[in-house]
Amino acid sequence: MSAPLLAVENLTKRFGSGRTETTAVADVSFELASGGSLGIVGESGSGKTTTARMIIGLEKPSGGRILFRGEDRTQPARTAKALRERGRNVQIVFQDPYTSLDRRQRIGDCLAEVLGVHFKLSRDETKRRVRGLGELVGLDERQLNSLPKALSGGQRQRVAIARALAAEPEILILDEAVSALDVSIQAQILNLLSDIRDERGVSYLFISHDLAVIRQVCDDTIVMRHGAVVEQGATAAVLDDPHHAYTRLLRDSVPRDGWDPASLARS
Amino acid sequence: MTALLNVNGLTVKLPVMGELRTVLRDVDLELEAGKTLGLVGESGSGKSMTVRTIARLLPDGADVKGHVRFDGAEVFDLRGEALRRYRAGDVSMVFQDARAHTNPVRRMGDFLTEALCTNDRMPRRAAEAKAIQLLADVGISDPERRLRQYPHELSGGLLQRVMIAASVAVRPRLILADEPTTALDVTTQAEVMSILARMQAEYGMAVLFITHDLELAGAVCDDTIVLYAGQVVERQRSTQLHRDPLHPYTAALVQARPEIGHRARRLPAIPGHPTTAYEAPGGCAFAPRCRFAQDACRRAVPSLLQIGEQGSTRCIRMPDLHGRLLATTGAGDEASDHQRADAAEEATR
Ligand SMILES: Nc1ncnc2c1ncn2[C@@H]1O[C@H](COP(=O)(O)OP(=O)(O)O)[C@@H](O)[C@H]1O
Ligand SMILES: Nc1ncnc2c1ncn2[C@@H]1O[C@H](COP(=O)(O)OP(=O)(O)O)[C@@H](O)[C@H]1O
Ligand SMILES: [Mg+2]
Ligand SMILES: [Mg+2]
Repeated sequence: MSAPLLAVENLTKRFGSGRTETTAVADVSFELASGGSLGIVGESGSGKTTTARMIIGLEKPSGGRILFRGEDRTQPARTAKALRERGRNVQIVFQDPYTSLDRRQRIGDCLAEVLGVHFKLSRDETKRRVRGLGELVGLDERQLNSLPKALSGGQRQRVAIARALAAEPEILILDEAVSALDVSIQAQILNLLSDIRDERGVSYLFISHDLAVIRQVCDDTIVMRHGAVVEQGATAAVLDDPHHAYTRLLRDSVPRDGWDPASLARS
Repeated sequence: MTALLNVNGLTVKLPVMGELRTVLRDVDLELEAGKTLGLVGESGSGKSMTVRTIARLLPDGADVKGHVRFDGAEVFDLRGEALRRYRAGDVSMVFQDARAHTNPVRRMGDFLTEALCTNDRMPRRAAEAKAIQLLADVGISDPERRLRQYPHELSGGLLQRVMIAASVAVRPRLILADEPTTALDVTTQAEVMSILARMQAEYGMAVLFITHDLELAGAVCDDTIVLYAGQVVERQRSTQLHRDPLHPYTAALVQARPEIGHRARRLPAIPGHPTTAYEAPGGCAFAPRCRFAQDACRRAVPSLLQIGEQGSTRCIRMPDLHGRLLATTGAGDEASDHQRADAAEEATR
């Protein structure tokens, strides 16, 4: 078997010090295969976002290693080129794209700018790629020419995905990226993500508290609680036959016929 | 028996840049004392506006037609003391974003006792004791300490429980719950729902429960109404909603939602995006996104049609399509494309 694209080993993050010290991520290990899709579930505060932020380099781990193609990202990059590559090959999409979009910049210009950061392209080639990205995520010429405020929530999330894909990453992290979308739009975006995976071979690290969405998108899943991994395995196995009490609680908390929330004991 | 809440032919227009825009169209709903009515719809469908109209909290310049009756009285005729009593005693609201409805520089204790002191004219000491009792009632441990805390020191789930405690404090007869669990994760949602259900049973309150989650509505509401573009498109028993929907929109929502026990090859997404009442085309508002739409659907706004004892629908094709809406999907993979073609053909026959 070939080495995984991403291997996280004993990753730990503590915030604060002394009496106020909290461990946000505790000794977390997992692997993401090339072309794979790994889900991270867990209630809010379980350390999902902090894990993602360490992987993209926004947060420095307190311990452990992050191996991308075997290279440890917790160590300083050896060359300027290696540093640039680190900034390119893992991208992230958050829940609310509006806050991260420049309100005065047209969508197409925003995509062109990202392309300019990562690649040396002629003006024509840039234009061609912007159009290609628009096509990939379902944004037409008119939408590429508009400002963020003229777009709906679903369209803005398409922009955020296009912007992340402009860097041609090998891993796309989606942190609750579809959680706030209406059901009908969420289905469109989930189908889009599946098309992109087929077309581009990009791997997903998919963070969500929505188990049904995880089932639809992820081959494998890890369940986090209080910063630690409590269960991991193939998504179908984890959700159909959970071994850990917390995974069972998560599953039983999902509303359905005959649901009795009062019967759910919490440890 | 007359219902506790009766909304009839409600049409609401709001001023936007010098013109009136329709946000609710001819909405009817009925809620009996002690019951739970679900109000389901995607963003912009008019759920919050329905609640704000009932609570008489509409923006200035709103144009309202139709009736809202609470316990037989016209809510829009209430003035002075009667209006105050209605807003501060009969109906009470719980919002999605609990944090936005608290004051960050005031302690939870002040927040809770304020309503008791002003509405019930309770002395401060008594109000504090009552507040402690209220927090204990919603399962909050160490209530004395919580009263001294500020909103930012409480998690979202805890804060929402305090909000529920505050809204039941005045013993309202109707709770208007506007997506109270949307911002919470599943385990916290389950906790909040179980507390709301217990409070409701204890005090015999009616709840108008707003959510965009069909499964949640199905699990906790007696009847559910589905809104689309400011109109009621379906009403029936909640448990039937996802088994035997009465409107193509409801069916499409059921199918578009991924399932926890099954991975679909492709999700049957609904093309296009939800429309507001203001943007809705003539005829059936859902027709442009509906895979069952025919020319007749685009000609006139359908009226609500009773389907036996089961419920009502705003779809002229329903007598014909009833029971078959979930039989096929609109998904793009090959198998269902065939099915869809078949369905379309059958539909035009
Ligand atoms: N910058 C920070 N400083 C202090 N604590 C933090 C910081 N970021 C996150 N935390 C804490 O770490 C824990 C995990 O948070 P997070 O990773 O955001 O969880 P999740 O994404 O699963 O909701 C929480 O208790 C949170 O309060
Ligand atoms: N203050 C307002 N003025 C004008 N239009 C508004 C106002 N608030 C909401 N709307 C519009 O009313 C429609 C219904 O909104 P709302 O009831 O908030 O929808 P929902 O709660 O179902 O998401 C939307 O088209 C929205 O843009
Ligand atoms: Mg997070
Ligand atoms: Mg709303």
